[in-house]
Amino acid sequence: MTFDQILFYVFSFWFIASSLAMIFSRNAAKAVLFLILSFFSAASIWILLEAEFLAITLILVYVGAVMVLFLFVIKMLNIDKSTLRAKFAGYLPLGLIVAAIIIAEMTLVLGGNQFGLDVVAAPARHAADYSNITVLAMQLYTTYVYPFELAAVLLLIAIIAAITLVHRNEASRKKQSISEQVSVQAKDRVRLVSITSPKKEAK
Amino acid sequence: MMALWQSFVELVHELMPWFDGSIATILIILIKAIALVMPLMLVVAYFTYAERKVIGYMQLRIGPNRVGPKGWLQPIADALKLMTKEIIFPTKANIYLFLLAPILAIAPAIAVWAVIPFDEGIYVANLDISLLYVLAIGSIGVYGIILAGWASNSKYPLLGALRSASLLVSYEIVIGFALVTVVMIAGSVNLNDIVMAQKGSILHWYWIPLFPMMIIFFISALVETNRAPFDVVEGESEIVGGTHVEYSGMTFAVFFLAEYANMILMAVLAVIMFFGGWHSPFEGVPYMEAAFAWVPGIIWLLAKTSFFMFLYLWIRATFPRFRYDQIMRLSWKVFLPWTIAWIFVVALMTQLKIGPWF
Amino acid sequence: MINNIKKLVKDFSLSELRGGLKITAKELINKKITVQYPEEKTPISPRFRGIHALRRYPNGEERCIACKLCEAVCPANAITIESEMRDDGTRRTTQYDIDLFKCIFCGFCEEACPVDAIVETQIFEYAFVGSRDGNDNIKGQFGSVITKDQLLEVGDKNKKMIDQTKLEDSKYK
Repeated sequence: MTFDQILFYVFSFWFIASSLAMIFSRNAAKAVLFLILSFFSAASIWILLEAEFLAITLILVYVGAVMVLFLFVIKMLNIDKSTLRAKFAGYLPLGLIVAAIIIAEMTLVLGGNQFGLDVVAAPARHAADYSNITVLAMQLYTTYVYPFELAAVLLLIAIIAAITLVHRNEASRKKQSISEQVSVQAKDRVRLVSITSPKKEAK
Repeated sequence: MMALWQSFVELVHELMPWFDGSIATILIILIKAIALVMPLMLVVAYFTYAERKVIGYMQLRIGPNRVGPKGWLQPIADALKLMTKEIIFPTKANIYLFLLAPILAIAPAIAVWAVIPFDEGIYVANLDISLLYVLAIGSIGVYGIILAGWASNSKYPLLGALRSASLLVSYEIVIGFALVTVVMIAGSVNLNDIVMAQKGSILHWYWIPLFPMMIIFFISALVETNRAPFDVVEGESEIVGGTHVEYSGMTFAVFFLAEYANMILMAVLAVIMFFGGWHSPFEGVPYMEAAFAWVPGIIWLLAKTSFFMFLYLWIRATFPRFRYDQIMRLSWKVFLPWTIAWIFVVALMTQLKIGPWF
Repeated sequence: MINNIKKLVKDFSLSELRGGLKITAKELINKKITVQYPEEKTPISPRFRGIHALRRYPNGEERCIACKLCEAVCPANAITIESEMRDDGTRRTTQYDIDLFKCIFCGFCEEACPVDAIVETQIFEYAFVGSRDGNDNIKGQFGSVITKDQLLEVGDKNKKMIDQTKLEDSKYK
């Protein structure tokens, strides 16, 4: 067994173990942490496969941003566990059926007959100066430029849609206009009036 | 000297035949890591001393001067105090997460240093995507603060953690976009290559074409490291001490170390990205270049970094704290449009091949 | 319009921030005026009102004649005096207590005294040890109520300083 293989099994073990722990943990915050651990294990396996750009992007996007927002939401939630448990038994059969179907599909598509070592050869090691990111960029901006751009436009539409859904009813919202606050000057707030004092008039 | 080393290596091979290949590689990496982390921790310790001295001087005081001559032993006294203090666990706090939080804060803060090049060929690891690595690992540090807030089971830490999470997510986008402009000019996400691309003279450094980005990067770095005037996460006058309220002794010290390690990292990043890394500022200047040729690159890097570290202290001593919503506005309504606009400017400049940078 | 452009230029050149930074940079190199207290001390006025003391005549006789003017003038009722006739027929105090918790250090007792017996010294670095009556185990310290013997002791110990300050201030009285 080579060092790479030992690392692969260690990371795979942590990947599966943390995924299971995430599903079975009762505490939502702990579940998120286990999910982060499984992301890390997945990223490590990708690095073993010399796909370091994907690995780092996984950490940057999912661990660095998405899961932070997850934790953010979980902290704001006050989950009532008893109501969740009450419905558990009712949904169990349906859930089991869905899970079984998914597992069956996954094994059919991702099983050994599709991705086994006899079908797909083990990836060859590249030279030290091989740049994964350059090759990826070449592919993305030449062969797959239209799907890539389309995906970007879709994401942009999704962002705009999400903002317009939330950003309604401008008039009724109470908010400060900071640029107005910042640009205010003394003459906007204070009016200096010269008044002739009564004493002077008397003289 | 080399002969002595060679005979030492042969002796090691003879005594421990199994000691070669990957084990030796791992050991060398470990030694490199220790050689990096130990001075880093020392710099952090004396950075806190410098902070107290500089801010003291700016406030017409003289700062710590009791422990040792001129207070030079103050950081050691602080460290001893923090190490010997009791760690208090709040009741109903989640103890595992409570202890995990400082570890999650310090681990990324130190791990990021692995890819920082100090001189030509002086680094722990030369990743092809080291800039992305810095951003990715740096973004993990926020978990320390969020978990500290959540696991403390206390209201002020929770408020601090909420502020921190939203701030860091907002400003990571700004930092990411600001650094994209650097990557566009350098044509690489490898920090070594980025520094090499700035070779030439002080005019070849990227602070000239990317001047607004440099300002934005530095201000965002202040927010990312929770420094004044953006220290709403701690906000002593508003939320007591933010995420640190329930932490005492060594757990607090670890947060402290992580914060300062991150500050120094951001200063080094600013130097590498915009100020030519280890390149001498006298490059390309006749006579001066020859006169300063003996100075190793790492000295230049550290000198430039210390300037930015001083800037942190200077800014902290000068400005009052921003209001939370104003920081958010600064990110989304000022910095983000500017960075995106500057990406187009840089794209135009690279296509038209303006200046010595492209 | 022209004002808006001026304001834009001012905003984007961060001129106000730079102004602030300039001030702190100037203070950084300014001379510091901190007094290193235990080693260095600021000068004290001869009229400073610190801990009290009872004085003696040069022949060793205590000055206080138990006239109780200080007790009467004391706005905080901090002074308690008992007196009796001594064997030589003079009136002297048997008890002269000042409750330092009540005392507001106004100096009226010093002004009221016809024989300059009770004075307030320049000593301000003192501490109460123990409770009201002090802790007998620690010599030279007093409790929150300072007694006649202790007052006389303060006066004897700091005779030079008291005489000096009284001399300095005598011109203005």
